[in-house]
Amino acid sequence: MEFDVVDLPETEHPTAGDEVPVFTRPLVNAEYWDDVSLADLYEDEPVLLVFYPMDGAFPATYIWNELRDRKFDEYDLTVVGLSISTPYEHESFIEDRTLEETGFRLFSDPTNGVAKQYDIAHSLDGMAGISEPRPATFIIDTDGIVQYSWVAKEWPAFPDYDDLESAVATELTA
Amino acid sequence: MSEPVITLYRLQACPYCERVVTVLSDLGVEYQSRFVEPMHSDRDAVKRLTGKRTVPAIVDENTGVTMAESANIVEYLEGMYGEDGPLADNGQPAVSEGGA
Repeated sequence: MEFDVVDLPETEHPTAGDEVPVFTRPLVNAEYWDDVSLADLYEDEPVLLVFYPMDGAFPATYIWNELRDRKFDEYDLTVVGLSISTPYEHESFIEDRTLEETGFRLFSDPTNGVAKQYDIAHSLDGMAGISEPRPATFIIDTDGIVQYSWVAKEWPAFPDYDDLESAVATELTA
Repeated sequence: MSEPVITLYRLQACPYCERVVTVLSDLGVEYQSRFVEPMHSDRDAVKRLTGKRTVPAIVDENTGVTMAESANIVEYLEGMYGEDGPLADNGQPAVSEGGA
Protein backbone atom coordinates (compact mmCIF):
# COMPACT_ATOMS: atom_id res chain seq x y z
CA MET A 1 0.00 0.00 0.00
CA GLU A 2 1.21 3.49 -0.82
CA PHE A 3 1.85 5.61 2.23
CA ASP A 4 1.25 9.22 1.31
CA VAL A 5 3.24 11.80 3.17
CA VAL A 6 2.81 15.53 2.96
CA ASP A 7 5.85 17.80 2.93
CA LEU A 8 5.65 20.52 5.55
CA PRO A 9 7.00 24.05 5.02
CA GLU A 10 10.36 25.28 6.36
CA THR A 11 10.28 26.62 9.91
CA GLU A 12 12.41 28.83 12.17
CA HIS A 13 12.18 26.42 15.09
CA PRO A 14 14.85 26.48 17.83
CA THR A 15 17.96 24.43 17.04
CA ALA A 16 21.10 23.39 18.91
CA GLY A 17 22.74 26.40 20.56
CA ASP A 18 19.54 28.45 20.84
CA GLU A 19 18.00 29.53 24.10
CA VAL A 20 14.87 27.45 24.51
CA PRO A 21 11.58 29.39 24.51
CA VAL A 22 10.14 29.19 28.03
CA PHE A 23 6.47 28.63 28.72
CA THR A 24 4.14 27.74 31.61
CA ARG A 25 1.30 25.27 31.14
CA PRO A 26 -0.54 22.70 33.27
CA LEU A 27 1.78 19.71 33.68
CA VAL A 28 -0.02 16.43 34.27
CA ASN A 29 1.30 13.47 36.26
CA ALA A 30 -0.51 10.27 37.19
CA GLU A 31 -2.32 11.99 40.07
CA TYR A 32 -2.81 15.71 39.47
CA TRP A 33 -1.79 18.72 37.41
CA ASP A 34 -0.47 22.14 38.23
CA ASP A 35 1.04 25.08 36.34
CA VAL A 36 4.74 24.46 35.76
CA SER A 37 7.35 26.49 33.92
CA LEU A 38 9.77 24.70 31.60
CA ALA A 39 12.53 26.68 33.36
CA ASP A 40 11.70 25.00 36.67
CA LEU A 41 12.32 21.65 35.00
CA TYR A 42 15.63 22.28 33.24
CA GLU A 43 17.14 24.03 36.27
CA ASP A 44 17.26 20.63 37.97
CA GLU A 45 18.43 18.33 35.18
CA PRO A 46 18.41 18.16 31.38
CA VAL A 47 14.97 17.91 29.80
CA LEU A 48 13.68 15.89 26.88
CA LEU A 49 10.66 17.80 25.51
CA VAL A 50 8.50 15.80 23.12
CA PHE A 51 5.78 17.48 21.04
CA TYR A 52 3.30 14.89 19.82
CA PRO A 53 -0.12 14.61 18.11
CA MET A 54 -3.24 14.74 20.27
CA ASP A 55 -3.86 11.91 22.75
CA GLY A 56 -5.85 9.19 21.04
CA ALA A 57 -4.22 9.62 17.63
CA PHE A 58 -2.17 6.54 16.79
CA PRO A 59 1.16 8.42 16.58
CA ALA A 60 0.70 9.51 20.21
CA THR A 61 0.36 5.86 21.22
CA TYR A 62 3.37 4.78 19.14
CA ILE A 63 5.64 7.56 20.35
CA TRP A 64 4.98 7.04 24.06
CA ASN A 65 5.07 3.24 23.87
CA GLU A 66 8.47 3.56 22.23
CA LEU A 67 9.85 6.04 24.78
CA ARG A 68 8.56 3.82 27.58
CA ASP A 69 9.90 0.59 26.06
CA ARG A 70 13.29 2.13 25.35
CA LYS A 71 13.44 3.12 29.01
CA PHE A 72 14.06 6.82 28.58
CA ASP A 73 13.06 7.08 32.25
CA GLU A 74 16.35 5.45 33.26
CA TYR A 75 18.49 8.41 32.19
CA ASP A 76 19.20 11.39 34.48
CA LEU A 77 16.75 13.31 32.38
CA THR A 78 13.31 14.80 32.89
CA VAL A 79 10.99 13.54 30.16
CA VAL A 80 7.95 15.66 29.36
CA GLY A 81 5.50 15.61 26.47
CA LEU A 82 3.20 18.29 25.10
CA SER A 83 0.01 17.97 23.09
CA ILE A 84 -3.19 19.96 22.64
CA SER A 85 -5.15 17.44 24.71
CA THR A 86 -6.77 18.53 27.95
CA PRO A 87 -5.41 17.54 31.38
CA TYR A 88 -8.29 15.05 31.71
CA GLU A 89 -7.24 13.32 28.49
CA HIS A 90 -3.63 13.28 29.65
CA GLU A 91 -4.68 11.55 32.89
CA SER A 92 -6.36 8.78 30.87
CA PHE A 93 -3.45 8.60 28.44
CA ILE A 94 -0.90 8.17 31.24
CA GLU A 95 -2.99 5.30 32.57
CA ASP A 96 -3.70 3.72 29.15
CA ARG A 97 -0.05 3.80 28.10
CA THR A 98 1.09 2.62 31.57
CA LEU A 99 3.36 5.61 32.03
CA GLU A 100 2.83 5.94 35.81
CA GLU A 101 6.01 4.06 36.66
CA THR A 102 8.13 6.06 34.21
CA GLY A 103 7.44 9.44 35.79
CA PHE A 104 6.87 10.90 32.30
CA ARG A 105 4.64 13.96 32.53
CA LEU A 106 2.56 15.76 29.92
CA PHE A 107 1.95 19.46 29.31
CA SER A 108 -1.53 20.43 28.18
CA ASP A 109 -1.82 23.21 25.58
CA PRO A 110 -5.28 23.20 23.93
CA THR A 111 -4.74 26.62 22.30
CA ASN A 112 -1.48 25.42 20.70
CA GLY A 113 0.33 28.57 21.81
CA VAL A 114 3.57 26.78 22.66
CA ALA A 115 3.82 25.25 19.18
CA LYS A 116 3.36 28.72 17.72
CA GLN A 117 6.11 30.00 20.03
CA TYR A 118 8.40 27.24 18.70
CA ASP A 119 7.23 27.76 15.08
CA ILE A 120 6.08 24.16 14.78
CA ALA A 121 2.29 24.65 14.62
CA HIS A 122 0.51 22.47 12.08
CA SER A 123 -3.11 22.96 11.01
CA LEU A 124 -4.90 19.65 10.65
CA ASP A 125 -6.57 18.99 7.33
CA GLY A 126 -10.20 18.07 7.75
CA MET A 127 -10.43 19.24 11.38
CA ALA A 128 -11.58 22.83 11.03
CA GLY A 129 -10.08 25.22 13.54
CA ILE A 130 -7.67 22.72 15.08
CA SER A 131 -3.93 23.05 14.95
CA GLU A 132 -1.39 21.10 16.96
CA PRO A 133 2.39 20.81 17.19
CA ARG A 134 4.32 18.90 14.54
CA PRO A 135 6.02 15.90 16.11
CA ALA A 136 9.27 17.30 17.50
CA THR A 137 11.87 16.51 20.14
CA PHE A 138 14.25 18.85 21.97
CA ILE A 139 16.98 18.11 24.49
CA ILE A 140 17.53 21.11 26.75
CA ASP A 141 20.51 21.48 29.09
CA THR A 142 20.46 22.91 32.62
CA ASP A 143 21.23 26.40 31.26
CA GLY A 144 18.14 26.31 29.06
CA ILE A 145 20.12 25.85 25.86
CA VAL A 146 18.86 23.50 23.16
CA GLN A 147 21.42 20.72 22.64
CA TYR A 148 19.49 18.68 20.12
CA SER A 149 16.41 19.25 18.03
CA TRP A 150 14.37 17.21 15.64
CA VAL A 151 11.23 18.58 13.98
CA ALA A 152 9.06 16.67 11.50
CA LYS A 153 9.54 17.86 7.93
CA GLU A 154 6.66 15.78 6.66
CA TRP A 155 3.38 14.51 7.97
CA PRO A 156 3.09 11.96 9.36
CA ALA A 157 6.58 11.45 10.77
CA PHE A 158 8.11 9.84 13.82
CA PRO A 159 11.22 10.69 15.82
CA ASP A 160 14.38 8.79 14.97
CA TYR A 161 14.64 7.04 18.31
CA ASP A 162 18.16 5.69 17.80
CA ASP A 163 19.36 9.19 17.00
CA LEU A 164 17.52 10.52 20.04
CA GLU A 165 19.10 7.89 22.30
CA SER A 166 22.60 8.74 21.15
CA ALA A 167 21.87 12.47 21.58
CA VAL A 168 20.73 11.83 25.15
CA ALA A 169 23.85 9.77 25.87
CA THR A 170 26.05 12.53 24.43
CA GLU A 171 24.31 15.25 26.41
CA LEU A 172 24.55 13.35 29.68
CA THR A 173 28.25 12.61 29.36
CA ALA A 174 29.14 16.13 28.18
CA MET B 1 10.69 32.75 41.22
CA SER B 2 9.33 32.36 44.75
CA GLU B 3 7.27 29.25 45.32
CA PRO B 4 3.94 29.72 47.09
CA VAL B 5 4.03 27.91 50.41
CA ILE B 6 0.39 26.87 50.32
CA THR B 7 -0.65 24.06 48.00
CA LEU B 8 -4.37 23.79 47.31
CA TYR B 9 -5.72 20.46 46.08
CA ARG B 10 -8.86 21.23 44.14
CA LEU B 11 -11.32 19.97 41.59
CA GLN B 12 -12.44 22.08 38.68
CA ALA B 13 -15.86 23.69 39.33
CA CYS B 14 -16.11 22.43 42.92
CA PRO B 15 -17.92 25.15 44.92
CA TYR B 16 -16.21 24.27 48.20
CA CYS B 17 -12.86 24.69 46.47
CA GLU B 18 -13.92 28.05 45.06
CA ARG B 19 -14.82 29.14 48.57
CA VAL B 20 -11.26 28.46 49.72
CA VAL B 21 -9.88 30.24 46.64
CA THR B 22 -11.96 33.31 47.49
CA VAL B 23 -10.60 33.40 51.03
CA LEU B 24 -6.99 32.96 49.86
CA SER B 25 -7.45 35.79 47.37
CA ASP B 26 -9.09 38.07 49.93
CA LEU B 27 -6.21 37.47 52.33
CA GLY B 28 -3.66 37.97 49.57
CA VAL B 29 -2.01 34.63 50.30
CA GLU B 30 -0.16 33.05 47.39
CA TYR B 31 -0.97 29.47 46.59
CA GLN B 32 -0.28 26.82 43.99
CA SER B 33 -3.27 24.87 42.65
CA ARG B 34 -3.08 21.13 42.08
CA PHE B 35 -6.09 19.81 40.20
CA VAL B 36 -7.06 16.24 41.00
CA GLU B 37 -9.19 13.60 39.33
CA PRO B 38 -12.98 13.94 39.35
CA MET B 39 -13.21 10.24 40.24
CA HIS B 40 -13.19 10.07 44.03
CA SER B 41 -11.52 6.65 44.03
CA ASP B 42 -8.59 7.97 41.97
CA ARG B 43 -7.58 10.72 44.36
CA ASP B 44 -4.74 8.88 46.07
CA ALA B 45 -2.51 11.96 46.19
CA VAL B 46 -5.02 13.65 48.51
CA LYS B 47 -5.63 10.52 50.52
CA ARG B 48 -1.93 10.18 51.34
CA LEU B 49 -1.93 13.73 52.69
CA THR B 50 -5.10 14.01 54.70
CA GLY B 51 -6.32 10.44 55.04
CA LYS B 52 -9.41 11.34 53.02
CA ARG B 53 -10.10 11.69 49.34
CA THR B 54 -12.14 14.88 49.65
CA VAL B 55 -11.20 18.25 48.21
CA PRO B 56 -10.47 20.99 48.91
CA ALA B 57 -7.39 20.15 50.93
CA ILE B 58 -4.41 22.35 51.71
CA VAL B 59 -0.80 21.91 52.70
CA ASP B 60 0.76 24.95 54.38
CA GLU B 61 4.56 24.77 54.50
CA ASN B 62 4.66 27.82 56.77
CA THR B 63 3.11 25.88 59.59
CA GLY B 64 3.34 22.24 58.51
CA VAL B 65 -0.45 22.05 58.57
CA THR B 66 -2.29 19.65 56.26
CA MET B 67 -6.03 19.97 56.30
CA ALA B 68 -9.28 18.93 54.58
CA GLU B 69 -12.89 20.26 54.70
CA SER B 70 -13.55 23.77 53.43
CA ALA B 71 -15.09 25.11 56.65
CA ASN B 72 -12.03 24.04 58.64
CA ILE B 73 -9.69 25.43 56.02
CA VAL B 74 -11.45 28.80 55.89
CA GLU B 75 -11.38 29.07 59.68
CA TYR B 76 -7.70 28.15 59.74
CA LEU B 77 -6.73 30.60 56.99
CA GLU B 78 -8.61 33.50 58.53
CA GLY B 79 -7.16 32.76 61.96
CA MET B 80 -3.61 32.45 60.67
CA TYR B 81 -3.43 35.00 57.84
CA GLY B 82 -6.27 37.34 58.82
CA GLU B 83 -5.66 40.80 60.29
CA ASP B 84 -4.87 39.63 63.81
CA GLY B 85 -3.38 36.30 62.86
CA PRO B 86 0.25 35.35 63.65
CA LEU B 87 1.07 35.19 59.94
CA ALA B 88 -0.93 38.24 58.91
CA ASP B 89 2.16 39.76 57.25
CA ASN B 90 2.59 36.82 54.87
CA GLY B 91 -0.53 37.84 53.07
CA GLN B 92 -0.78 40.93 50.94
CA PRO B 93 -4.33 42.25 50.96
CA ALA B 94 -5.69 42.19 47.45
CA VAL B 95 -5.58 45.59 45.78
CA SER B 96 -9.08 46.94 45.55
CA GLU B 97 -10.10 47.57 41.98
CA GLY B 98 -12.75 50.11 42.76
CA GLY B 99 -16.16 49.36 44.13
CA ALA B 100 -17.13 49.19 47.74
